[in-house]
Amino acid sequence: MKYLCLVYCEASTLEGLSPEDKRNLDRDSLAYDRELERSGHFIAADALKSVNEAATVRVRDGRMSVADGPFAETKEQLGGFILVEARDMNEAIRLAAGIPLARLGAIEVRPIHVIEA
Amino acid sequence: MNQAGIEAVYRAESRRVLATLIRLLRDFDLAEEAMHEAFAAAAVQWPRGGTPKNPRAWLVSAGRFKGIDRLRRRARFEAIEPELAMQIEADAEAVSEVDDDSIPDDRLRLIFTCCHPTLAPDAQVALTLREVCGLTTEEIARAFLVPTPTVAQRIVRAKAKIREARIPYMVPPPRELPERLDAVLRVIYLVFNEGYSATSGDSVTRGELSAEAIRLGRLVVALLPEPEAMGLLALMLLHESRRATRMSPDGEIVLLPDQDRSLWDRGQIAEGCALVATARAANRPGPYVLQAAIAAAHASARSPEETDWMAVARLYAELLQVEPSPIVALNHAAAVSIQAGPNAGLELVDRIVESGDIPDYYLLHSARADMLRRLGRFPEAESAYARAFELARQEPERRFLARRLAEIRGILGGPT
Repeated sequence: MKYLCLVYCEASTLEGLSPEDKRNLDRDSLAYDRELERSGHFIAADALKSVNEAATVRVRDGRMSVADGPFAETKEQLGGFILVEARDMNEAIRLAAGIPLARLGAIEVRPIHVIEA
Repeated sequence: MNQAGIEAVYRAESRRVLATLIRLLRDFDLAEEAMHEAFAAAAVQWPRGGTPKNPRAWLVSAGRFKGIDRLRRRARFEAIEPELAMQIEADAEAVSEVDDDSIPDDRLRLIFTCCHPTLAPDAQVALTLREVCGLTTEEIARAFLVPTPTVAQRIVRAKAKIREARIPYMVPPPRELPERLDAVLRVIYLVFNEGYSATSGDSVTRGELSAEAIRLGRLVVALLPEPEAMGLLALMLLHESRRATRMSPDGEIVLLPDQDRSLWDRGQIAEGCALVATARAANRPGPYVLQAAIAAAHASARSPEETDWMAVARLYAELLQVEPSPIVALNHAAAVSIQAGPNAGLELVDRIVESGDIPDYYLLHSARADMLRRLGRFPEAESAYARAFELARQEPERRFLARRLAEIRGILGGPT
């Protein structure tokens, strides 16, 4: 089964980190990706740029509109994701708990829904 | 060995490997990850270098090293006590070869740990099904009609509790064994019943749940041949032997006397009866042995008339001594009503009604209604059936009672 681990964090938490802590966090995050790769759980992962760089697109009655900023205005913002292969929800939760940002923010674990063709 | 071969080894060996790794690494999650890595390594190495002579020993040994390796790395990053890591390392290395004899013990350790009395019953069930039987969180959730995150949470909390309460990973000493075994058997029976009362949910997954419980029962009997463990296994087999005949094709309940006995599974009945005979040889049979003996008495009768109701009533009386409960008393009354007549049965049922222990139990009222009907006391039977109908929750049960109610009203000549 595939699970998407959505990494949420408050922007202010990350901004408040010292340059050294930030470097360590980046290093640990990359190291964890490698670890998941080694153990065969890894499918894909990436960090996202700030929501200030986001655009939200809608199409209504054939007309497209674009708004700046994220779709949902929440304090905790989506900062990255890891897509993993796991045996079940509890394994996915265990993998999510290992994500370094779980200690600062929160990880939402979502099972991937396979749409039947 | 190819991928399919490794998957077959996973199905056959993963639970045993996990049980041993939990003992060696002293942590459920670490053991699970270590096992995963061991299988991943097998998938790379076995197709190239050939399958080892003893795949299980290879996997345990590989898993142990992966686990220790992981602990070392974790000790660098996190605030894990270095002494703990070193201790585990020393322990694990002391076991130079994987001792094959200790593996059955490890599975028993795992069962007793998953069914530890400090864990909530829900958690015991979920943990046992996942760790001992190898079901996924999603499968457990589907079988119990509970959302997946709820099951996931139960499992996470149970593991945390085991860690925090330092629940030892061991088979309890003889003086604690009866009580602890009782907890294990209760979990297994709960799983079985969840699968057997196929009144709601997907009947296919439910059937698998019963099969899983029987597998667990067999495992416990093989590892710990206590009379009560045999009694439970026999009880489950004897119930299971009738599964196909409990429901009509259109989903109506078929009661024991009306079931087609030619469809009962003879193999399961023979096995169940043999277990009962062995278990009853022990003095003072416990509740599972007695319930199994009752089920055996029904299963060995070729027709309802041939049932040894004298024996059934006696066994219920014995069960009532060991495990006094209003439900058992009700079953006792039902057996007496057949053996000694509805008057004798009604007397016992009325005593249960007066006790007020189970006023809202629909079967109490439907049993009472049945006895009144046989005595020709139709108006009283009608109101008892009506009460039972009011209290019954499952659709097939309600339909059954509605039919009985219509019959009685037909006799009374009132509106149906």
